[in-house]
Amino acid sequence: MKQGNYLNSASRFSIITLALLLSFSSFVFAQDAEPAEGAAQSETTPAVQGGDAAAGKALFNANCAACHKLYSRATGPALYNVTERRDREWLYQWIKNNRALIDSGDPEAIAIYEEYNQTAMNLFPQLSNADIDDILAYTDTPKPEPKAPAAAAGAAGQGGGGVSSTVILAILAVVLVMLVAVLFLVNNTLRKFAVAQGVALPVKEARKPIWKSFVENQFLVLVSVIVLLLGGAYFAYGWMMQVGVDQGYQPIQPIHYSHRIHAGDNQIECKYCHSSARTSKTSGIPSLNVCMNCHKSISEVADETSEFSSVTEDYSKEFYDKEIQKLYKATGWDPATQSYTGETQAVEWVRIHNLPDFAYFNHSQHVSVAGVQCQTCHGPVEEMEIMYQNAPLTMGWCINCHRETNVKMDGNPYYEKIHEELSKKYGVEQLTAAQMGGLECGKCHY
Amino acid sequence: MSSNKKYWKSVEELNENSSIVEALKQNEFAQEIPMDEFLGDKDSLDASSTTRRDFLKYVGFSTAAATLAACEGPVNKSIPYVVAPERITAGKADYYATTMADGFDFASVLVKTREGRPIKIENNKLAASLGGNNARVHASVLSMYDTKRLQGPKIDGADVSWSELDGQLGDKLKNLGGKSIVLLTQTFASPSTSKLISEFSAAYPNVKHVTYDAIGEQAALDAFESKYGERALADYDFSEAEVIISVGADILGDWQGGGFGPTYAKSRVPKNGKMSRHVQFEANMTLSGANADKRVPMTPAQQKKAVAAIQSIVSGGSANTGLPAELDEAVKSAAAQLRKAGSKGVFVTGVQDANAQMVALSINETLGSRIIDVQAPKMTRQGNAEEVQQLIADMNSGAVGALLVAGVNPAYSLPNADEFVAGLENVDVKVSFNMKEDETGLLCNYLAPAPHYLESWGDVEIKKGQICLTQPTIRPLFNTRQFQDSLLAWTGQGVTYYEYLKNNWSNASTSWNQALHDGFVAGSIPAAEETTEMSSATSNGAITLSSAVAALAQEEASTSGYELTLYSSTGIGNGEQANNPWLQEFPDPITRTSWDNYLTMSKADADKLGIENEITSKGALNGNYVNITLDGKTIENVPVYVQPGQAPGSVGLALGYGKKAAVQEEMQVGVNAYPLYKDFSATQSVQIEKVGGVHEFACVQMQNTMAGRADDIIRETTLEIFNTKDVHAWNPVGEVDYNHSEISVRDKNADIWESFDDTMGPHFNLSIDLNACTGCGACVIACHSENNVPVVGKQEVRNFRDMHWLRIDRYYSSADTFEEETKTLEELPAFDSYSVVEKQSYDNPEVAFQPVMCQHCNHAPCETVCPVAAIGHGRQGQNQMTYNRCVGTRYCANNCPYKVRRFNWFLYAENDEFDYNMNNDLGRMVLNPDVTVRSRGVMEKCSFCIQMTQKTILDAKREGRAVEDGEFATACSNACDNGAIKFGDVNMPDSEIVELKNDKRKYYLLEDIGVKPNVFYQVKVKNTAEA
Repeated sequence: MKQGNYLNSASRFSIITLALLLSFSSFVFAQDAEPAEGAAQSETTPAVQGGDAAAGKALFNANCAACHKLYSRATGPALYNVTERRDREWLYQWIKNNRALIDSGDPEAIAIYEEYNQTAMNLFPQLSNADIDDILAYTDTPKPEPKAPAAAAGAAGQGGGGVSSTVILAILAVVLVMLVAVLFLVNNTLRKFAVAQGVALPVKEARKPIWKSFVENQFLVLVSVIVLLLGGAYFAYGWMMQVGVDQGYQPIQPIHYSHRIHAGDNQIECKYCHSSARTSKTSGIPSLNVCMNCHKSISEVADETSEFSSVTEDYSKEFYDKEIQKLYKATGWDPATQSYTGETQAVEWVRIHNLPDFAYFNHSQHVSVAGVQCQTCHGPVEEMEIMYQNAPLTMGWCINCHRETNVKMDGNPYYEKIHEELSKKYGVEQLTAAQMGGLECGKCHY
Repeated sequence: MSSNKKYWKSVEELNENSSIVEALKQNEFAQEIPMDEFLGDKDSLDASSTTRRDFLKYVGFSTAAATLAACEGPVNKSIPYVVAPERITAGKADYYATTMADGFDFASVLVKTREGRPIKIENNKLAASLGGNNARVHASVLSMYDTKRLQGPKIDGADVSWSELDGQLGDKLKNLGGKSIVLLTQTFASPSTSKLISEFSAAYPNVKHVTYDAIGEQAALDAFESKYGERALADYDFSEAEVIISVGADILGDWQGGGFGPTYAKSRVPKNGKMSRHVQFEANMTLSGANADKRVPMTPAQQKKAVAAIQSIVSGGSANTGLPAELDEAVKSAAAQLRKAGSKGVFVTGVQDANAQMVALSINETLGSRIIDVQAPKMTRQGNAEEVQQLIADMNSGAVGALLVAGVNPAYSLPNADEFVAGLENVDVKVSFNMKEDETGLLCNYLAPAPHYLESWGDVEIKKGQICLTQPTIRPLFNTRQFQDSLLAWTGQGVTYYEYLKNNWSNASTSWNQALHDGFVAGSIPAAEETTEMSSATSNGAITLSSAVAALAQEEASTSGYELTLYSSTGIGNGEQANNPWLQEFPDPITRTSWDNYLTMSKADADKLGIENEITSKGALNGNYVNITLDGKTIENVPVYVQPGQAPGSVGLALGYGKKAAVQEEMQVGVNAYPLYKDFSATQSVQIEKVGGVHEFACVQMQNTMAGRADDIIRETTLEIFNTKDVHAWNPVGEVDYNHSEISVRDKNADIWESFDDTMGPHFNLSIDLNACTGCGACVIACHSENNVPVVGKQEVRNFRDMHWLRIDRYYSSADTFEEETKTLEELPAFDSYSVVEKQSYDNPEVAFQPVMCQHCNHAPCETVCPVAAIGHGRQGQNQMTYNRCVGTRYCANNCPYKVRRFNWFLYAENDEFDYNMNNDLGRMVLNPDVTVRSRGVMEKCSFCIQMTQKTILDAKREGRAVEDGEFATACSNACDNGAIKFGDVNMPDSEIVELKNDKRKYYLLEDIGVKPNVFYQVKVKNTAEA
């Protein structure tokens, strides 16, 4: 019986050691949030010619950015260093009322008007000369150099979490090995003591091997076989039930379209592009002309120094710009001439959410009538760099939601009568989709 | 293979002298494979490290790996538009009004398109005044996705471009050396096309335009022209009719262009105790005869006498009909009733004789009939038989230099097609504008295929003063060009037909867009009328009434042989759509037989000839063959169907079958009866002789009688009883035994089931009015089209494995009322009764049609027996079949008292064994994307078009409003322009369906079994009052 005590103390020792180690690791491997960057931004916009570049940037983004970029041509010309190309007085006149300038026969004005396919520029009579100075100060800002080291630092910081858990595991393993060794040594030492002090050690009798007695015990064999079979069936069932369930399916698409940038960073409403979700059965993969509504003037992502930057360490600006070029190729848009060539090429997206043909699902029912958020089924799309299937899309998953979700009936005259009748029947004010008949087979299978 | 293209796999093959090519022709490989090197050498085999066991391991592993990999789903692609068309939203249907005008069927329709594909034809309710739409109109959408269509222009069998064709033909047409150019066309009834043809005639020398109808109305046109000076057909609006007397006119079929069903049905529904009385004298059993209050079988020769007799009685005289006493009495009685009805009576005749048609017009004039409309006649038949015959003569004499054939197939459909074919050899330039390389196309050296009407522009004047517009609902599937566009190109006008139409339109009061939206414009003729178009002032000149009557009265039946009446069947019509599997599988409403035409013969004549219809041990119908001879021409091996009600001495045969060219092998069924259509007359005197052989019919309904269960299946009563007696006398509610006393089957205690609560939300009911149902079958095709019902083919139909979700049962009854039959039944000893009532009446049975689909029982027997709960009951009343849950035990079908469940014995889609529309990419485009295509081993049945009701509900929810009365519909209720099938929500107060449910005519099919169906019928009332 004495042995038991020894064992107890040994295990107590090991638990305390483990607890200590764990508590240490929590702060040893905690990430150091570095108060870096930030300062770099402000110094890149120097004040030029009396204008305030910071104020100019705000004005530029509000008035000009739809058609102009600083360093590349868009609907209108690139504006970097425009003050060197044009006379300031001329610029005042042009910006305030370019029409008048053209009509007055100014050769410079006419030349630029012709160069850009007679695309009329908006008039900005509301801008004062000081405002224009501010804008021009901003346009003279040289292109900032990308900051590679900062990005690299970020990458190292991110990886920390993965390393720490392996290290903990490794240390744990070492400790356990040490424990085994200690126990073995203790046991040896105690034996030696016992021999030395003449304590008779119990002699082990030659017993029947355990497997033999197990085999002879028919009941036990039967029970274990049943248990094994049940266990096997359980796992087989689990495996089979996931056949055809593509949760997490994340195929590589022909164009790397980032929902994170569009729906997340830029907060574009889902239904702006997936407009048919409001009225139709399908949410609709947007046709490419929808993309071009914006991408006619957005030919590249903002670079990493910009506050609008969406660039991450995994996906560089060059990477994204190349993807936008793919869009241009598909739609036949020539950014140089700002016109369509007419050579189009359909984009073959890989479909992610595949319902079987025998299941009828209608987006508008859920989106428009029920007011269900897209994210309820599609997950945090606004955070997805690469789109994946968030929900299992199994029938159980559908049914569950129908059981739990209350139907949005307020203010919809369609429901007035049925709400009154059903709430009387079930004695509740809020009705679930199931109570509305949303569990009937024929509602989705026909 | 119609293509002469040479195919090759490598350039080497183009070198004729290559030895490799020669070697490859004989052997699989160009050189010997050195097999011995690795198999024959024992040493090298021993040296190999792969043992047999290893090999098996590899095989096992790769099989297992492949199996596991197969569990992965396929990668689906989603390809959006680059630039989306403004009006197309994926997943939403668009509707376009357009007009069908294939020369036989003319109809203003609404086309449902999904993702730019037309998938269904609906009735254009705005244009209801233009007549009803038949089964062929509803099926026409599938004819667009016909794989046998021509895919581009051809010259002498070689594919060419349109410019090449225009170039070659332009030269040829201008240099014919004085020979004439003849346009042989269908009836277009199109003002713009007429104008265009006259412009073409002006641009080229010596142009003639001949209009040809495969099945014409020459006699009626001549008579109308003679009387009213216009080559047209009188229109009829039967809705106000009190007495309809028809002699051989199948007013519910294709008589004079058809489409009279809706107004006819309106007059047949008893309202305020009144309904029309319809007496039909006819030889074949037609839909009209089946629906008539009184049907008198009469041979064609007798019909002529009847017409004359009726004329003289109506005009106040008396007549000695010279007919057998029974017929004489019937004719006199009918004439008296007609006279009494006065302006609310109408007389129609289908006798193919200008005299008879003349008499008919004058009878209606004498009556002052308000049913007939001669002011705005129908323009849907323009064919001129004499001009066609003149053309054939000219062709044979070599006077015709170029023949341009549009929309007709004379090499198949002319009675003297052989003469036409012979004459064609003398014509230098033969151009076919037909959609297919049909019998005529095969003989033409230029093929300039036209698109289907769903891909075309056009205007059609179905009824005078009402212009219907045809607009494309899809871009042409193939490299086709409209006939009119070809004419425009050859007259060098430099505009498309669309622009031409629009230019013609400019002076109209209604805007072009509004007209396109509505599909028709009433009351104005926008296009300037064409100049006189060689309107032949009918050779026989003016027909005088007295001479006409005299000629008719003297008509003598030929002493020998049988009087044949040729007709167009409800499914196939004139044969234009013979390659349409829906129509081939459509069972004829009267004979209930599909995939065939056959000689219908009376039982008496059949017995005389020793002809039998026999039901085999498997339940299928077999028949004998006969040869039919007319003037030395013999049609061999025509199967005979013994038809109850066929006038003895007469036989009937459907035209439009037996087409071979551009028809898929499976659909080359029946015999071509056109050679018997001598002189374009539908009645002929023929010789019939029995020959050997057994014909296998695909007949879906053997049981012709109701075996005395009249009260349970079809309830019929007379107008007199309906008006005078209590409802229990003619529409009793069944009774069952409860606690030793009789209680109504509708009593709560009669029910062993707990009832569903169906008071909340919509609860759907379907009402079928047996008075309004004429059995036309439009609903059957509409159901096919809406619900992706597969076509199974003749053999499977014969095995009773047809998949129609909606069938129209046809029952014969021998007694005037069912009362009599039931009485007989009660008086007979128990074991005799069945055989007596089962005995079919062959002489002149009464006919009743009953559409039967799933009755959506509230206490459905099918639901309780399904071991996997694949059938559920919805709160809305539907009996919901869940295909993905079904394991195919077929218990439900066995337990269904109505036999409306259909089992998929095979995979009907993408299966070469069933090579119909679901087996090719083109044909599958017609599938409704909202309805599952069922797989093998699954039970299916009518769903009450739940996809349509769900859509209606969703639209209302989205728009935030309650559903209005009339919004809920099913495919069949939408297709039924007779108003027989009505669908609606019985929980909607004051709705039409509630009214129908409370109607005293309402009864349930087999109500006594207590399944509480959601479909109910309205008792059929017959107006049996004589005079």
